[in-house]
Amino acid sequence: MTINTLSQDGVQRQQMPCLTKMERMIISMQDPDMGIKLRNQRLLITVIPHKCSISDEEALHVGQLFVKYGYIYPLKEPRNLILKADDSSYRFQTPYYWMSTRWPASELDYAIYLAKKNIRKQGELIEYEKECYNALHKRINHTWDFVVMQAREQLRASKQRRKGDRIVLECQEQAYWLVNRPPVSPEHYKLTTLTKNTIAITYCAVKYNQIFFLSCLFFLARNRVKSSICLESYVKYCEQYQPHDPIMQGCLPSNPWITDDIMFWNMNSETVALPTKLRVERWSFSFMELLNDQMGRKEFLTYLEKEFSAENLCFWQACEDVRHGETAKIPEKVDEVYKQFLAPGASRWVNIDSKTMEKTLEGLKRPHRFVLDDAQMHIYFLMKKDSYPRYLKSELYKNLLARAIVPQETKKSVFPFMRRQRHSSPSPALATQTAEDDGKAKYSNSNSGTASRL
Amino acid sequence: MAAQEVASQPSDTLTTLKTESETLKTKLEEERAKLHDVELHQVAEKIEALGQFVMKTRRTLKGHGNKVLCMDWCKDKRRIVSSSQDGKVIVWDAFTTNKEHAVTMPCTWVMACAYAPSGCAVACGGLDNKCSVYPLSLDKNENLAAKKKSVAMHTNYLSACCFTNSDMQILTSSGDGTCALWDVESGQMLQSFHGHAADVLCLDLAPSETGNTFVSGGCDKKACVWDMRTGQCIQSFETHESDINSVRYYPSGDAFASGSDDATCRLYDLRADREVAIYSKESIIFGTSSVDFSLSGRLLFGGYNDYTINVWDVLKGTRVSILFGHENRVSTLRVSPDGTAFCSGSWDHTLRIWA
Repeated sequence: MTINTLSQDGVQRQQMPCLTKMERMIISMQDPDMGIKLRNQRLLITVIPHKCSISDEEALHVGQLFVKYGYIYPLKEPRNLILKADDSSYRFQTPYYWMSTRWPASELDYAIYLAKKNIRKQGELIEYEKECYNALHKRINHTWDFVVMQAREQLRASKQRRKGDRIVLECQEQAYWLVNRPPVSPEHYKLTTLTKNTIAITYCAVKYNQIFFLSCLFFLARNRVKSSICLESYVKYCEQYQPHDPIMQGCLPSNPWITDDIMFWNMNSETVALPTKLRVERWSFSFMELLNDQMGRKEFLTYLEKEFSAENLCFWQACEDVRHGETAKIPEKVDEVYKQFLAPGASRWVNIDSKTMEKTLEGLKRPHRFVLDDAQMHIYFLMKKDSYPRYLKSELYKNLLARAIVPQETKKSVFPFMRRQRHSSPSPALATQTAEDDGKAKYSNSNSGTASRL
Repeated sequence: MAAQEVASQPSDTLTTLKTESETLKTKLEEERAKLHDVELHQVAEKIEALGQFVMKTRRTLKGHGNKVLCMDWCKDKRRIVSSSQDGKVIVWDAFTTNKEHAVTMPCTWVMACAYAPSGCAVACGGLDNKCSVYPLSLDKNENLAAKKKSVAMHTNYLSACCFTNSDMQILTSSGDGTCALWDVESGQMLQSFHGHAADVLCLDLAPSETGNTFVSGGCDKKACVWDMRTGQCIQSFETHESDINSVRYYPSGDAFASGSDDATCRLYDLRADREVAIYSKESIIFGTSSVDFSLSGRLLFGGYNDYTINVWDVLKGTRVSILFGHENRVSTLRVSPDGTAFCSGSWDHTLRIWA
């Protein structure tokens, strides 16, 4: 949904998919063989057809929406536009009054309806209807004679109908207007539109289509993979990560949101002394998992130092810094990287193949954000294919895995109604603040619980 | 070869171009269909079905004076930032439900907000056509609005924004049909992405190793994958029947899900280059406003305009659960960074944390 749908067309375009679906359901509900059971209702003298009632939870929810949008209306309390899961009666609204056909309801129509009610029985209009009536009278005063005349004509025509039909028609019309002109601003279901002008897209249609044509040629040339291979990979991925998914399988010691106990977060923080087993296992899923975890990265660096290839990881990190850092600092950062890692005889020289090295050095003459990308990629894949698998087989990793903790599940508290106190945590914004404040400790006690800074 | 053909053709009329584009589109669909040898639910037959699902509201965050339009999690897994129609942007510690910071934007309808990776700043924007970054200060007396930095400038409303791997760059999408990458310090546009034919409503960054692509969805029913370096559209998918309100990558980065006004969620695979699953039901009539995956990617959460949240089994394609609670349409939904819970924001002025 975009907020630019202020025009009548726009609102209709947005609503049409919903309305079409609803109408399809309503029609099938009224199917004489498969639909909802309808009962005829005797009302004193006349027989009023097409009455029905509904039950069941989700159906109730869908039914609520039907009532809100005016496809079904209640008979006993017409002003109460909700669906009750009991025996109360409802009736299907005639397609003439469906939202998709009559949208938007015009002021003139509403004025005629209110005038009819007023003429038929003085004082039948309730408070907000009286207000609307007076407001309309002021606003469209110039056509008021027409309004009154139309109202009288319609009343006369309806008197000539059979009583049963007349009552049904009156109910339908009333229901329609209750939906479209409710007493309170319809925040619930009416789409809020905005009066903001849409600025035309800068493309002209021809240029757009030319670009699209070229894009299509590009897309056609793409290498694709068989569906079976792709889909199998999802199954594998889900299976591998399921034990790590707290929503699927819970987490140990417990989910902080459920038990109010933040042990889980404490045990998995960046600076914890001994990590959890699940966390260390996760490093073996992919090289990216290892690097994404600060602790994993540190462990890997320790391992690389033993292998005398730590400069690879440092180079990779430096390249990341160039790629994601401030634009203004790029030239000096690139220069630093060159001095430390790429220059002949550099203290931490990285081993890149000659072709990539040549290309990179050429690019360094005019440094930009992505100038180190090729070299970074080369080193990344070198680590991934060589150092990473060896790390996973190393004593360092295996030891850590053996020592890693498997947390105990938090026992449910003896008194279930006693809620644990929820402690607040230091804000991440704090880290830079204290660094800036020359060591002046400004932050409040982290166990204050309800300290609000507003 | 083909490019030259196009260039040498004299004054392409719109109709010829359109018919040629249509032919190419059909050809593309044929090519895509050639390698489609199995459906997702067939592959998923051997997996165990999920059991009964119980998720409840664990926290309700009240404080916004009007519709909540957008929210984002902080990397510390418990703080969130949310924005609403009345122009307020609030930073909460969702665990204690305390409000920590509040900013009043000079415009209404703040449709986009994002938390910086460091946790030290938030970005937000909306009808002002801009994306502004506010550093979060802990000094009670400091006026956050004073330190505001205007970063992005579009020619129409800002629909979504997202920090890339650092605090220094922001990716934005706008109602003017474009996405753009900006440098926060200088406010300079680093790259712009043209290709959508209508408002772009959402975007998501790929969690891939090389970290260079993102996907966007728009009112032209298209979802496009872009190369951040070159600005080129790499892949495009057009199977939805209405506006795409939300896109989110599958955790492995090989696929993404989209939620649309046509009341369906769809899964698109990037390597197979096609749609591989549709998540829909006859009884779901109203559009999806936002989608997100659980940590393992097995569950897809969708917030809908009929006030509910539907939970889908991604592999089997069936609905696992339906969550009631909100009293108006769900406008935004995000799973927390460690997957312990998800947060939903709604037009009923509240945010709920579910676990």
